[in-house]
Amino acid sequence: MYSQGLIGADGRTVEDEEFLTRFQARIDDEQKIEPNDEMPEGYRRTLVRQIGQHAHSEIVGMLPEGNWVTRAPSLRRKASLLAKVQDEGGHGLYLYSAAETLGVSREQMTEELIDGTAKYSSIFNYPTLSWADIGTIGWLVDGAAIMNQIPLCRCSYGPYARAMIRICKEESFHQRQGYEIVMTLAQGSPAQKAMAQESLNRFWQPVLMMFGPPDGESRNTDQSVKWKIKRFTNDELRQKFVDATVPQAEYLGLTIPDPDLKWNEQRQGYDFGPIDWDEFWRVVKGNGPMNRERVAARRKAWDEGAWVREAALAHAAKRQAQAAE
Amino acid sequence: MAGRDDLLALLLRIGDDHLILGHRLSEWCGHAPMLEEDLALPNMALDLIGTARMCYGYAAEIEGDGRSEDDYAFLRDGTDFRHILMVERPNGDFAFTILRQFLFAAYMHPVWDGLTGSTDARLADHAGKAVKEMAYHVRHSGEWVIRLGDGTEESARRMMAALDELAPYIGEMFESDETAQRLVTAGLLADPDAVRATFDGTVSRTFAMAKLPSLDVTAGISGGRTGRHGEVLGHLLAEMQFMQRAYPGQTW
Repeated sequence: MYSQGLIGADGRTVEDEEFLTRFQARIDDEQKIEPNDEMPEGYRRTLVRQIGQHAHSEIVGMLPEGNWVTRAPSLRRKASLLAKVQDEGGHGLYLYSAAETLGVSREQMTEELIDGTAKYSSIFNYPTLSWADIGTIGWLVDGAAIMNQIPLCRCSYGPYARAMIRICKEESFHQRQGYEIVMTLAQGSPAQKAMAQESLNRFWQPVLMMFGPPDGESRNTDQSVKWKIKRFTNDELRQKFVDATVPQAEYLGLTIPDPDLKWNEQRQGYDFGPIDWDEFWRVVKGNGPMNRERVAARRKAWDEGAWVREAALAHAAKRQAQAAE
Repeated sequence: MAGRDDLLALLLRIGDDHLILGHRLSEWCGHAPMLEEDLALPNMALDLIGTARMCYGYAAEIEGDGRSEDDYAFLRDGTDFRHILMVERPNGDFAFTILRQFLFAAYMHPVWDGLTGSTDARLADHAGKAVKEMAYHVRHSGEWVIRLGDGTEESARRMMAALDELAPYIGEMFESDETAQRLVTAGLLADPDAVRATFDGTVSRTFAMAKLPSLDVTAGISGGRTGRHGEVLGHLLAEMQFMQRAYPGQTW
């Protein structure tokens, strides 16, 4: 609970040249920045935004997968899906705690999520329409998340980097679990294989969009790389992901839905076709297939839970008063 | 003397109680009043589903007709389920869900405690694990019963409403029949009077702290142990069994 003293803290700094140079020197020296250290306001704001978005993505991400918990096809799958969604909630909790060390509260961040001002990963604005989507999400969505997150274990901000180490371990377990679901389908009946292929067809492009807009259009990249919050650009990570995923799809006997996909011997990587960035921006701006339902579900849980949270506080106050008597 | 059929009946009663309640809890996944409960409710659901899997797996071995744990969960119709009616009731609000969890755990904790000394080694072995899980469920849900019962006016009103809704379903937990009597005589199942005494103690201590009225268990609605369920069960099964019904005979 060491973070609590920092909530609403006055983080104002005198950001003269000397201060910024001293800060950058610490970053360049690979020193971790800790909650009580001086930091530029822009650094703090970037982290609050990024960690907050990351936490919200974990929480909203519980919904598309939770959508299949009650319909999982076997007891083993039901239990492992439930445990997985529970892990995502746990990730949300560590991340909100990491963000709290920067002076924002979980309540504030939640309010921003449900009033639509905070963003979360656009992938969760797509629906889960078949059981195969649960496999695809584990394999590709968690796979892409790992690609994004492994470098974050070395992020310059200590609490975020440490949270990411544990999260990445669990995500890589989820990814293997997802791949195993897709493999079971790919090796199953023709109907199961078709289910897996149809799911891959729907998710492939949105998954590539998870790495964010192309480098030329990404506003936040340069400064974040300099501050070692980010270590690779969006396009670099996207390429790594494609290169790692194509052989996995081949092994499964599934076809990646991209006629332009081919190995580039010279670059030692896969070339791939254009991404529909108009769709990406449409979804980010609120018009994806599930944006409204996702935010509405979070708002409903928050609003309907208000009396529970109030009761817990009221009871704690009564206990405290009794103890003081 | 309790025979093979009695043991099977017991496994289905316990297995179905745990599966159906676990399924209901899993419906909360991602929709709880706070993040901590988004972790705690699936945790309890996982314990319950784990026990159901043990029961069905063991039943399948005894029957020896090639059925699997999943066949018991996904390919039986409602009238073949043997759970008590309380566990199939729709979730309602958080007060209803948490009070139902508390009542069930307060009942199952002494049942499992008794089963640790069961003459059936397999059940006794699982009971060692389940008794710890149920102790946690009693503690976690019991703390919420107290917080909500003695929280705000609204939370107290909701707890009272939940108690009114659940009261008619409590008696069924303590009903006995010839099968249960043979199981007790054979040392497979705990003595129902001891279970009841422990349940009463747990409930009265918690209710006193929650400022809830003392519980008066009277004969109410029952029929679950003979497969006479509420209309809600069919809908629960339609959802839970969808994949196995739509794509029969596949490996998942």
